[in-house]
Amino acid sequence: MGKIVAGISTSHVPAVGHAVDAGKQQEPYWAPMFEGYEFSKQWVKDNPADVDIIVYNDHASYFGMEIMPTFAMGIADSYAICDEGYGRRPIPDVEGAPELSTHIAASLILDDFDMTILNVLEVDHGLTVPMSLMFGTPEKWPTKVIPLPVNVVMYPQPSGERCLSLGKAIKRAVESFDDDVKVRIWGTGGMSHQIQGARAGLINLPWDKQFMDDLVNQPEVLQYKPHLEYMIEAGSEGVELIMWLIMRGALGDKVNEVYRFNHVPASNTSVGHLILTPKED
Amino acid sequence: MKPNFEPFSDIPGTTIFTIEKSREGFHLNQFCMSLRSEENRKRFLADGPAYLAEWPLTDEQKQAVIDRDFQKMLDLGGNVYFLSKIFASEGLSYVQAVSTMTDMNAEEYQAMMVAGGRNIEGWRSKKERGEA
Repeated sequence: MGKIVAGISTSHVPAVGHAVDAGKQQEPYWAPMFEGYEFSKQWVKDNPADVDIIVYNDHASYFGMEIMPTFAMGIADSYAICDEGYGRRPIPDVEGAPELSTHIAASLILDDFDMTILNVLEVDHGLTVPMSLMFGTPEKWPTKVIPLPVNVVMYPQPSGERCLSLGKAIKRAVESFDDDVKVRIWGTGGMSHQIQGARAGLINLPWDKQFMDDLVNQPEVLQYKPHLEYMIEAGSEGVELIMWLIMRGALGDKVNEVYRFNHVPASNTSVGHLILTPKED
Repeated sequence: MKPNFEPFSDIPGTTIFTIEKSREGFHLNQFCMSLRSEENRKRFLADGPAYLAEWPLTDEQKQAVIDRDFQKMLDLGGNVYFLSKIFASEGLSYVQAVSTMTDMNAEEYQAMMVAGGRNIEGWRSKKERGEA
């Protein structure tokens, strides 16, 4: 059977991708942030998985306003990289996991999550920047990926309760897969940031750290946190953090905190990163 | 559940992109999506008004694009991730473009970010600030 072996959460700041692509990791502005991911790069090498489910949001890169799926899942063989307006990032295409993703998508729909099915999808920085942070700059990515895009751009976004429940349903889906596969699940985006209006540049590090504590220790509290609180306390774009709840829901009741990192700023954003593993009884 | 968009209007200096705003901004945002191709970016930069004439934007939306008035574009239904295609086409970073919506220039804004970002104290509510 399939097994979820770890959860990874991280911010997905586009400028981080540009810094990687331009080889700026050692520059004084960027070095402290990239150093915070050195542990993680080694950890994912030492704790490999067969498939990574990456929960992320598209940033008007593939999805326009014609269709705005609340929850979607890619079931394709591979995913090309978007041109987000600056030209395509010089990174490899992302290999899919069609058999497992088809199984999970079907399982979720039968479990009352009305997923939008994506047979074609190009992925943007929401998915690729976390991969660059965890895997560096390989010729070929060392994993297969199931993209799970969530609408966090347009209100109403899905509720925290729904996100946590989706994570739990993903756990059931993975565990009902016949083959033995090790799966990691990633929740990306956040932490506090606001990139619009006169309040742009908002950072709320104490709130971010409390969110991380609650995510680890008492995620059931977070599921009732209203979108309005994220928008006020963590900035209009901080609402991306609901995607971390999907990751957390898939890990079971108790988790081990393997690693935690915070850094301010990357571009306009408070960077946060966790590695969690399910705590076996 | 009955939707309630009203509380968002109390957040100072912030425009929440709601499903209602998305209708108002549909064509503005779709025009932005067209700038994901290099060919369209070149045409837009060569002659902005001519390129915009191909899209059913309101005159006010078109003028806001020509003026690169991002706050105005937000007010008229634009969303910042869509609008980013406009400044990306000119090679500007998020920090450079976002700072134009604040009362700081790009250097001052960047300095604020490096110093830890904008402190939330005083920025939670228009009512608290006496703006409502």
